[in-house]
Amino acid sequence: MTWFASPDDAAARLGGAGYLADDATATSAYLAGQLGKPLLVEGPAGVGKTELAKAVARAHGAELVRLQCYEGLDEARALYEWNYKKQLLRIQAGSDDESWAATQDDIFSEEFLLTRPLLTAIRRDGPTVLLIDEVDKTDVEVEGLLLEVLSDFQVTVPELGTITATRRPYVVLTSNASRDLSEAVRRRCLFLHLDHPTPEREREIVVSHVPDAEDALVRRVVDVVGRLRSAELRKAPSIAETVDWVRTLVALQAGSLGDDAAAAAMERTLGVVVKHGSDLEAAAKELARA
Amino acid sequence: MMLDRHLGFVGALRAGGVPVAVSEDLDALAAVSSLGWERRASVREAYAATLLKRTSHRPAFDALFDLWFPPRVGTSRLGEAGPDADSAQTEGQGAPDSGEQREDLRRRLEEALADPATTDAQVEALAVEAVGRFGRLSGRPAGASTWSAYTTLRRLAPGELDVDEDALAGFEAAVQREALRRIAEQKGAEHVGRTAVRPATDRVAFTSASAAELTQMRRAVAPLARRLAARLARDHRSGRRGPLDVRRTVRSSLGTGGVPLTTHHRPRRPRRTDLVVLCDVSGSVAHFARFTLMLVVALREQFSGVRAFAFVDDVVEVTDLLRPGADVAEVLGDLVDARGRAVRLGRTDYGRSLRSFVERHGDAVGPRTTVLVLGDARSNYSDPGLVPLKRMVDGARQVFWLNPEPRRQWDSGDSDAGRYAAVVPMAECRDLDQLARFVREHL
Repeated sequence: MTWFASPDDAAARLGGAGYLADDATATSAYLAGQLGKPLLVEGPAGVGKTELAKAVARAHGAELVRLQCYEGLDEARALYEWNYKKQLLRIQAGSDDESWAATQDDIFSEEFLLTRPLLTAIRRDGPTVLLIDEVDKTDVEVEGLLLEVLSDFQVTVPELGTITATRRPYVVLTSNASRDLSEAVRRRCLFLHLDHPTPEREREIVVSHVPDAEDALVRRVVDVVGRLRSAELRKAPSIAETVDWVRTLVALQAGSLGDDAAAAAMERTLGVVVKHGSDLEAAAKELARA
Repeated sequence: MMLDRHLGFVGALRAGGVPVAVSEDLDALAAVSSLGWERRASVREAYAATLLKRTSHRPAFDALFDLWFPPRVGTSRLGEAGPDADSAQTEGQGAPDSGEQREDLRRRLEEALADPATTDAQVEALAVEAVGRFGRLSGRPAGASTWSAYTTLRRLAPGELDVDEDALAGFEAAVQREALRRIAEQKGAEHVGRTAVRPATDRVAFTSASAAELTQMRRAVAPLARRLAARLARDHRSGRRGPLDVRRTVRSSLGTGGVPLTTHHRPRRPRRTDLVVLCDVSGSVAHFARFTLMLVVALREQFSGVRAFAFVDDVVEVTDLLRPGADVAEVLGDLVDARGRAVRLGRTDYGRSLRSFVERHGDAVGPRTTVLVLGDARSNYSDPGLVPLKRMVDGARQVFWLNPEPRRQWDSGDSDAGRYAAVVPMAECRDLDQLARFVREHL
């Protein structure tokens, strides 16, 4: 199936799903569908990497299958696992005259297979978006596991044979670059670097999520958030936090207050965007300067 | 025709240090042919998505893309909009480079850069005009003239205008691009491509970095430290499983009918090292010392203790500057002050510094301590102080010397690198990449 007809179509449909894509994002999203290749999205936390995959799924009414990566993730959690307990029960429940060969055939059948996200995504018939989140958190061994899935869209289960995707899922991998991914994985993917948005784009995003926010307030919040990001805090504010902050301020009706009162409200609610004690001090300094 | 361009571009990327596999090359062609060549921005992003796999390669990619797929051809895209150097060759009114024109352009530039509503395209148009008017270098053989961003910026002196620094940097970059584009058109993109690409941030030498590059490097340190910390933590944990935890193993085997399918182990007790950093903060190597200290601070959780000492010809302890979460700019400023305290006569003296370190702070080094000495080993021909260094080596678990100079400059002039290297393993550490590799392998 074609996911998007052109980069413009991609931008329009993602926009319809609540995701404002810039040129690079729209082009990459289009190409990922067109070339049938996984899309590796890299960038700092909170710039909408995961949201992109969700938006693609929403735009097509496709099912989102998510594999959340973490240290220690293994085959049994990512691909498939045999249901030992059920197999044991089946053997104990079997009649005495049943031959071992028949039992063996039976306990290694579909019924005893627990599919995990990667296999689930490949076996699905409907349109599927496979999100492999924070792939940099896994161990190097899991990358090897991903190679077969990402290049050929197939999974080999020794007892059942090779399962090939009937319909290629749209694959999005996200990474915070806390570890360098191997060249082999990078080569199989399209690469998209997402960074903190420009003030104009961030204002658009905020307005699209909080339509009843006053223009001056949005402008001010986005300006402060931009300063906080360049102030090298331990954790830079994410786009979602910016939206939350505007929402908070709108709830406090800061937009209709005077300048000083609005500034005071912003300082009181700084906790929405700044989440470290040591950052709070630096952020208050920046806020005073703004 | 376009295939030639494509292949030339891929070749230039490879020559510029961006690895491009054959499969990526094919993907790029498939991508661009499905998009068409009409929109330059789409072509750029399609190439970026398929050929680039690392953010650090992006500047080189952009520079080369501008050369191989220039936004316009000829001396001006403004066409009728402005008298260009070429069209106004014949002497007469509207000479391209007159004082009057200069004032006029400066005034328009100031207005444009001061106005936040100015678009990139407008800045670019001004840059095109500026290079066209003031950037021409006439060559010796007639007609062999070329273009220069340097000349343009010197004539125009935009730095004297009263405008925002970011806007100014944007304009200067646009002038650079335009000059390169014109040169590339005359001499071929390949000719320019070889010299136009700056090395990626992690390959810029500490000792020769420009102010802009230093800022970029400062931003690169935190993510680098995060990557290293994740890696170090993992290395400390994995591969060394502790003794079998019988209780947990038996408990979990109940779920599988008493068959212990998986074994459980006790965690190992982590063994962490004490780190002592001795850094030369004299002018020649100060940048290197700062970056290394910043990295060490960011990694402090990986060590049980970190102490830092700064020296020029005397030693002071600067550990208290390195508190976690401290503002990086402040730390750097404080280090400059510390330099004042570390000076007696003002000339680097390794022998003296090492002696006073061993005398006054000798207790900082113990059998569990790793010592890092940061410096270029240039001691102004004074006594190198090998005796106190040897004493330090004997007392510590291990000692490393990181030298920011390229290996071939060791032992030249007043460098004592060879003599120190005989006592302490010395590693070349010129850029962030080498620094990261050292930390990963030795700490």
